[in-house]
Amino acid sequence: MGERPEFRGVAGEALRHDSALKHTTGEALYVDDIFEPAGTLYLAPGTADVTCGCILRMDLAAVREAPGVVSVLTAADVPGNNDVSPTGCGDDPLLAKSELHFHRQPVFAVIARSYQEARSAARLGKIDVAPSDPILTIDQALKAGTFVSEQRQMGRGDWQTALEDAPHHAKGTAWSGGQDHFYLEGQVSLAVPAEDGGVHIYCSTQHPSEVQHATATVLGLTDRSVTVEVRRMGGGFGGKETQAAQWAALAALAAVKTGQAVKCRLDRDDDMLMTGKRHEFKGDWHVGFDDEGRIMAADIHLASRCGFSRDLSDPVNDRAMLHADNAYFYPAVRIRSDRCRTHTVSNTAFRGFGGPQGMLVAEQMIQAIAHQVGKDPLDVRKINFYGRGTRDLTPYHMQVEDFILDDLVEELEVTSRYRQRRQEIGEYNLSSPIVRRGLALTPVKFGISFTNTIFNQAGALLHVYKDGSIQLNHGGTEMGQGLFIKVAQVVAQELQVDIDQIQITATHTGKVPNTSATAASSGSDLNGMAAMNAARTIRRRLTAFASNHYGVPETEIAFYSGRIQIGARKVSFSDLVMEAYLNRVQLSATGFYRTPKIHWDPITATGRPFYYFAYGAAVTEVAIDLLTGENRVIAVDILHDVGRSLNPAVDKGQIEGGFIQGMGWLTTEELWWDTSGRLKTHAPSTYKIPTCSDRPEHFRIRIFEAGKNPEATIYRSKAVGEPPLMLALSVHQAIVDAISSVNAYRDLPHLPAPATPEAILNAVDALRERKAA
Amino acid sequence: MSKVHVSTIINDDTVEFLCESEQTLLDVLRDDLRLTGSKEGCASGDCGACSVIMDGRLVCACLLLAAEAEGSTIETIEGMANGSDLHPLQQQFLDHAALQCGVCTPGFLIAAKALLDRNPDPTETEVRYWLAGNLCRCTGYDKIVRAVLDTAAETRN
Repeated sequence: MGERPEFRGVAGEALRHDSALKHTTGEALYVDDIFEPAGTLYLAPGTADVTCGCILRMDLAAVREAPGVVSVLTAADVPGNNDVSPTGCGDDPLLAKSELHFHRQPVFAVIARSYQEARSAARLGKIDVAPSDPILTIDQALKAGTFVSEQRQMGRGDWQTALEDAPHHAKGTAWSGGQDHFYLEGQVSLAVPAEDGGVHIYCSTQHPSEVQHATATVLGLTDRSVTVEVRRMGGGFGGKETQAAQWAALAALAAVKTGQAVKCRLDRDDDMLMTGKRHEFKGDWHVGFDDEGRIMAADIHLASRCGFSRDLSDPVNDRAMLHADNAYFYPAVRIRSDRCRTHTVSNTAFRGFGGPQGMLVAEQMIQAIAHQVGKDPLDVRKINFYGRGTRDLTPYHMQVEDFILDDLVEELEVTSRYRQRRQEIGEYNLSSPIVRRGLALTPVKFGISFTNTIFNQAGALLHVYKDGSIQLNHGGTEMGQGLFIKVAQVVAQELQVDIDQIQITATHTGKVPNTSATAASSGSDLNGMAAMNAARTIRRRLTAFASNHYGVPETEIAFYSGRIQIGARKVSFSDLVMEAYLNRVQLSATGFYRTPKIHWDPITATGRPFYYFAYGAAVTEVAIDLLTGENRVIAVDILHDVGRSLNPAVDKGQIEGGFIQGMGWLTTEELWWDTSGRLKTHAPSTYKIPTCSDRPEHFRIRIFEAGKNPEATIYRSKAVGEPPLMLALSVHQAIVDAISSVNAYRDLPHLPAPATPEAILNAVDALRERKAA
Repeated sequence: MSKVHVSTIINDDTVEFLCESEQTLLDVLRDDLRLTGSKEGCASGDCGACSVIMDGRLVCACLLLAAEAEGSTIETIEGMANGSDLHPLQQQFLDHAALQCGVCTPGFLIAAKALLDRNPDPTETEVRYWLAGNLCRCTGYDKIVRAVLDTAAETRN
């Protein structure tokens, strides 16, 4: 035997993204890049320039007569249910029929020979509407009593008495704005008519099975008639979980109606106007604490702007409640949550899924307590951390069994020189009249699993071909997060084959059915396990075959480094596979996984919604200009727990990107509606996500080396998609700290998020007025 | 209206095409010439996903009419590698894992090439501000900046 061939790709290696090479050469095909079938038509949504009211009359004659127009669709053309609601509750019309609920809600759809012709014609619709007064803000909705669902409540202990008995109190309101996903690739679907009245959809979605079901519902078909295929997305961030269905179903309806392929690709402005975003939140809090700053009781009231329909607002708001403790033990607590219905686009999933908004409340409480007892906020954080074996019960009665923040924060405090820098910044601010600096360390404890227990299941399909090459398929979707390479590494690990032997294939509802969304950070936890189970089935069959065929006990058969040791004999994977094929051994397997231990009752708000928690902490230093409100993030040190990383390169990318996205949410990204309900920030010219120039000069990311998942997840790794976003809460706290220097740290400013220059200046002015008074 | 005849050199090849007068260069590149590496991110010149180099200058293909390309020399992402030999920037982006979903990647590479073509020794600040016209929603830009700086250093050596 010659040299063993180079063997790479097992779990834990820092392999590059599966499509990295194609990304750099421009060869990676996204939905809009796929070769279109001949005669493909284009669809554009048409709207009315009214926020809400009753539709009286529609005159679409000019639309029909416009150049290139083939057909126009309205709600009357829907053969099935005119609904794309993910909950099936009927409040998300494909096309508005009698009532308008938000500005730019689609009312009709134009199908034309070119993209431009469709878009031009879509502007020609005349829609008469009897307008009604819109309810736009959380406060307006609370006052009017308009909600998308019932108020929810969770709690533990006699919070009222505990709050009354506490020697010290603080109250406040945490405001956080919404956030547009701004995936670089907008919503897009290409629907191709299929046999027996069905349709095949190439779609940019995190949830192929839901797109399949919504489309079938709209077409009056059953799920079997619709297939959805997703090779890759140009970003998702939660925005392509439920929000892809409407555009896919429209394209499918048009394809079935015309008998031709139809593409629906939203232009950036339409995408920002017509699709849901992160929920804006208002969090009123009242906390009681002792002389040391130890929390004794908390009463928290969350309210969020859900938009016009339910969509995912219930689980989003549940998750906000579930993270209103962040990493802190509340001996007695009440958390209430109101889900406000407003005449705005229906808000939806966005990385963190309500968690960031809940945590913002906890962190503001800590900052206020620290200020009142005259301690460094870090010291107050530490004494309020969950304990191990004691003080470990969450407001939802789940025991925290895996708390590691004491060690993690201790390490970061030292490596980031937190205490010294606190000192240095204090001195700097004394001698700097205009530019002020601030510092904060904030922790993250984020619960992993879909709170709806049902969704915590996944399937995989593994084909081994007789030449030894492998095709891998599973229910997870690739949106840039590196899921596909991680799952392929699991298969490489299990079968001990080189990663290049494995062909990664597009997610396809015809291969793995009934999939859950690639969401809740759960992609690799769920699909990695499903693929592992499929690979183990193959390995078991090959082992049994080899044992029988070569007369060697199974205990003497081992797979390692591209070889199989069978007693004294070594065979290559492909040779054994060929031998197995010739002996009629099945070489294709499915794998399935369901997360153990979890259960959750959203009505009583009790249970174990999470399999485990992911942890991290960040130290951020900012500078603000007291004259302009301009702010910069100067230095960031992150220590994050990913358990035993499946792929450190991919995980570090998630941490870096999540932090910057959170920083954008808390600083520059401002969604601004006018008083009539028109979103005015609907393009990158007015809506500012972070750019290269916003990158912190010092940006150090480290993976917590001691990290290991105590639960039996895939190779003891932890989910990494969402948790790092919340590390950016340190940015907001650091800005508050910097502003507070204006009156020598005597007062804490009220600073809503996003902390735009305008918001910072307002906060500075308010402190100065207090100082003068 | 009759179509406009345009002669260009794209990625070292002589390319002639007919276009509508209102078609953008990006539309022609993507839809007619099947060069889909350049992406439409915003169609308003704010995101840089459609970046190409035209006569040595970095431009947004979504803001140019195809007819304006008459007589010009255009470089797109598809011409950046020499066959299977990657451009040093492409290699550094791979080595640094400076990409995630990949939609912004071609634009960043083209913009970075335009920078290094005119300034082979940029400071970190110059890199950061030059690339501020390209939006990325997945990465935190950190690895992108490092990849560009390392390419510059490697090329100088």
